[in-house]
Amino acid sequence: MKLRRSFKDTRGESALFQRRAVAGFLLILLSFGLLVARFHFLQVTHHDEFALRSTNNSVKPRAIPPARGLIYDRNGVLLADNVPAFRLEVIPEKVPNMQAMLSELGTVVPLGQDDIDAFKKQLAQSRRFDSVPLKLHLTEDEIDRFAVNRWRFPSVAVVPYLTRHYPLGPLFAHVIGYVSRIDADDMDRLDADDYKGTSHVGRTGLERYYEDVLHGKPGYELVEVNADGQTQRVLKTIPPTPGQNLYLSIDVRMQKAAVAAFEGRPGAAVAIDPRNGQVLAMVSVPSFDPNLFVNGIGQADYNALTYAPDKPLFDRALKGAYPPGSTVKPFLALGGLEYGVRRPQDTVLSTGEFCLPGQKRCYRDDDRGGNGTVNMVRAIELSTNTYFYKLALDLGIDRLSAWMSQFSFGSKTGIDLTGEGEGVLPSREWKAKHISKQGWFPGETVITGIGQGYWAVTPLQLGHAVATLAGHGTPYLPRLVMATRASGEARPQMLPNPPSGPSLIQKPSDWNVINEGMRAVITGGTGKGINDGFPFLIAGKSGTAERFSRTSDAYDTNKSTAHLAARHRAWFEAYTPADDPKIAAAALLEAGAWGAKDAGPIVRKIFDSWAATQVNPTPSDTPLPYESLPAPAGSVPVEDQPVEDRSVEAQPAESSSSGDGP
Amino acid sequence: MIDTMAIRMQRFLRRILTRPRIDLPLAAALFLLAGVGLVTLYSASDSSMAMVGGQAARFVLGAALLLLISRIPPSMLRNWTPWLYLASTAFLVVVAVLGEGRGANRWLNLGVMRFQPSELLKLTMPMMVAWYLHPRQLPPSWKDSAVVGLLIAIPVALIAKQPDLGTALLVAAAGAFALFLSGMAWWRIGLIVAAVGGMIPVAWHFLHQYQRDRVLTLLNPESDPLGNGWHIIQSQIAVGSGGMFGKGFQQSTQSRLDFLPEHTTDFIFAVFSEEFGLVGVIALIVLYAFIIGRCLWIAMEARDTYSRLLAGALGMSFFVYVFVNGGMVAGMLPVVGVPMPMISYGGTSAVSLLVGFGVLMSIHANRKMHE
Repeated sequence: MKLRRSFKDTRGESALFQRRAVAGFLLILLSFGLLVARFHFLQVTHHDEFALRSTNNSVKPRAIPPARGLIYDRNGVLLADNVPAFRLEVIPEKVPNMQAMLSELGTVVPLGQDDIDAFKKQLAQSRRFDSVPLKLHLTEDEIDRFAVNRWRFPSVAVVPYLTRHYPLGPLFAHVIGYVSRIDADDMDRLDADDYKGTSHVGRTGLERYYEDVLHGKPGYELVEVNADGQTQRVLKTIPPTPGQNLYLSIDVRMQKAAVAAFEGRPGAAVAIDPRNGQVLAMVSVPSFDPNLFVNGIGQADYNALTYAPDKPLFDRALKGAYPPGSTVKPFLALGGLEYGVRRPQDTVLSTGEFCLPGQKRCYRDDDRGGNGTVNMVRAIELSTNTYFYKLALDLGIDRLSAWMSQFSFGSKTGIDLTGEGEGVLPSREWKAKHISKQGWFPGETVITGIGQGYWAVTPLQLGHAVATLAGHGTPYLPRLVMATRASGEARPQMLPNPPSGPSLIQKPSDWNVINEGMRAVITGGTGKGINDGFPFLIAGKSGTAERFSRTSDAYDTNKSTAHLAARHRAWFEAYTPADDPKIAAAALLEAGAWGAKDAGPIVRKIFDSWAATQVNPTPSDTPLPYESLPAPAGSVPVEDQPVEDRSVEAQPAESSSSGDGP
Repeated sequence: MIDTMAIRMQRFLRRILTRPRIDLPLAAALFLLAGVGLVTLYSASDSSMAMVGGQAARFVLGAALLLLISRIPPSMLRNWTPWLYLASTAFLVVVAVLGEGRGANRWLNLGVMRFQPSELLKLTMPMMVAWYLHPRQLPPSWKDSAVVGLLIAIPVALIAKQPDLGTALLVAAAGAFALFLSGMAWWRIGLIVAAVGGMIPVAWHFLHQYQRDRVLTLLNPESDPLGNGWHIIQSQIAVGSGGMFGKGFQQSTQSRLDFLPEHTTDFIFAVFSEEFGLVGVIALIVLYAFIIGRCLWIAMEARDTYSRLLAGALGMSFFVYVFVNGGMVAGMLPVVGVPMPMISYGGTSAVSLLVGFGVLMSIHANRKMHE
């Protein structure tokens, strides 16, 4: 090989190349000849035919955008609607002087600076013959005023369109989210063909997560246009396929009760059916009116929402991460049993102080002097810190975080929303990655045992975890949407949500111990009184986490509620009925003095509203009242009745339909 | 230190400007082509000076790069070749892993700008094939041909997967032309063509549904009135109605009344055909043929195998642009995203084409000394 290479025949190669280059060039000329022949065929042989088609070319396809799917609660109460509205559109080509036209039009129909800015942005991206929306959602008055002055503005037209409306406003703002105008970034990620003629896209919440389901497919019509591009008549119409309707597992009545229970105090609550992962209520307080965002929110409104001190735009349930405090204790106890580190009858002496050998600073119990000798049930009931300090140490941080991660602490629960927060589950890996490479200290394990330290948990995570616990350890992905209905389908189709894995609990008797402990919290512990007057047995656990780390070991002597509320986060987690759990909930108050006293009643009120729905029980798998299903997507409701009335109306239909349900 | 650098830089720039090492006939043809491109764009974009200006800016950038690269001797390019090829292929892998784009992963976001790594392969692919064949006995053995086949197949598969069939085709062609020019026996070429032909049913299986639709739409354009079928029908009406002498500058009704989609980019040649007729089409194709012929002439005069193969392959791949885009506009070939060189608006293709011509200029400057 080497020998042959050294005899590389450069002169011969050069000649070979020349022959090839000439051959290649001849092939290229031949191909160009072919191309010219084709152009000759089109431009000379068939010129007359194409010239005729060109002059008669007057048929254009025009996209018809699909109607967006509607969103209902589990009983068919309308939560997101399409309502007809009118907007002003401008055809840039026909405007000789845009600035003059806009200022003249402004005297007829008031134009905000926001409208003009958005219009100019879109104008820059559009072709001159595409009409560009100028002002969305015209009022009656504006339409009338324009109609009178119409002759002055040949380039402007009032065009009907469907806009999104959320009849319940702030109640579902964080869950359903909102749609808003498609912007330039959206055009990069969306399929332009599917969004021809569509002006809005799901921006947040379910509107965004289920965009593919809700959007539908555009149709088109072939329209005949004249030389000015104006429509003469429609030749053929292929109708669009409307988006699918969504049915939430949330019950409007429970959602309302949950919001009311907060009495305006910032916080969040999540209620989940432990038997299937269906979310029954999910609220973040305070909220905002999503309708403001649909047709472009004004700068003043937007600033007011963004800079409000209680951050109404922030979804605390989904994204807010808070130290969980004592709410993690039942899970830790269960881990102790499952790993065989503790038996239920094992006792610990609580003296009020727990010290690691060789350390000066000690860890305290909540009560001065401690709780004495406690077993597991008693330790959960009294929330005895010493018991859990020792348990955490005996488990070790690795087993502790491995166990807790199975409840989705420190990771996304997988709910059908985007932007979920992950919180923090303390572990060696987490600390090494985020805090320092110094390694893990035993003291950190100790405080992890009572839900302090690096811990951070979202209300959704805790709700999901307590639901998993209540469901005897069987994990489900939390789901807000339980069913969809495509246009033409008679009934909504249930979305399957099988367990996401095997039960986390190996020994069923372990569950009974934890259940007994959480019952004891309600009967004799911090949650005393929460069950009073409630038809089912409640099991629960409070948590009061410190917002700031302690600066001294001194006991806090200031017992004023306002003082404590400024320092504490109040949690309560519970499920009911304790013997056969059907609902689990977690509530958080951002500023609450004590978990049980402040967050406990919120959970109780959610349970009350749930119990009210159980008087006329609906099967959890097919609870939809088919008879009362509203008109198909795309149609427009005649009136805008208060929704309370509708949900009451839905009741009889619900019971009458339960006969033909399975 | 900095002073001497600055002085060197100054000298270098002065040399580029005062004694450019360019081939005048080729440069003149490119200049003419750029002019035709801008005039056509002015009409197709509805007299948008913003678009014409943007395109002119791209030409200026491309011309600057052309002058710069024409100063780099081919021997230096040859030394860099394997690294350039590896780097551009590595970029493709990165794009495959974390690229972004409209439905297709072909862009790499560098923070400051986004670029399409597949564009690099249009140049580095023929360079690599030429580099590999340069020290070897030609015509190439089966083994060498197989290695070249592999060098071509890996990046092409990555590009086709993005999916960007148009660029994959251009890159594959650039590599294949280098192999063809190296003197591979005709019967072997015949065998490979036959094998590729036999693979078509298999390849069909691997195409995306939308790619199959494009081919099927070509056979029956009426089946897809909103998408590609519409493009094909309207493009043919535009071309056909142009006739022998065309409707005249800025008289393209198809484009003006918005019947012809993409009329500044992929379908701009239809606007040209409508306005300037068959006469214009033939004139433009003659100009393209002249450029390709001149490239091959430069290749024949080149000093060594590497330069020869590279120059020839670059010239011949220029032909693929014209043929595929022209065939698409005339309803002969399916709709694939291949621009008409120097005429279609936008993209990085105008710049990368001129960079390729920069390499040709350098090869020309370092040609064999006659007599």
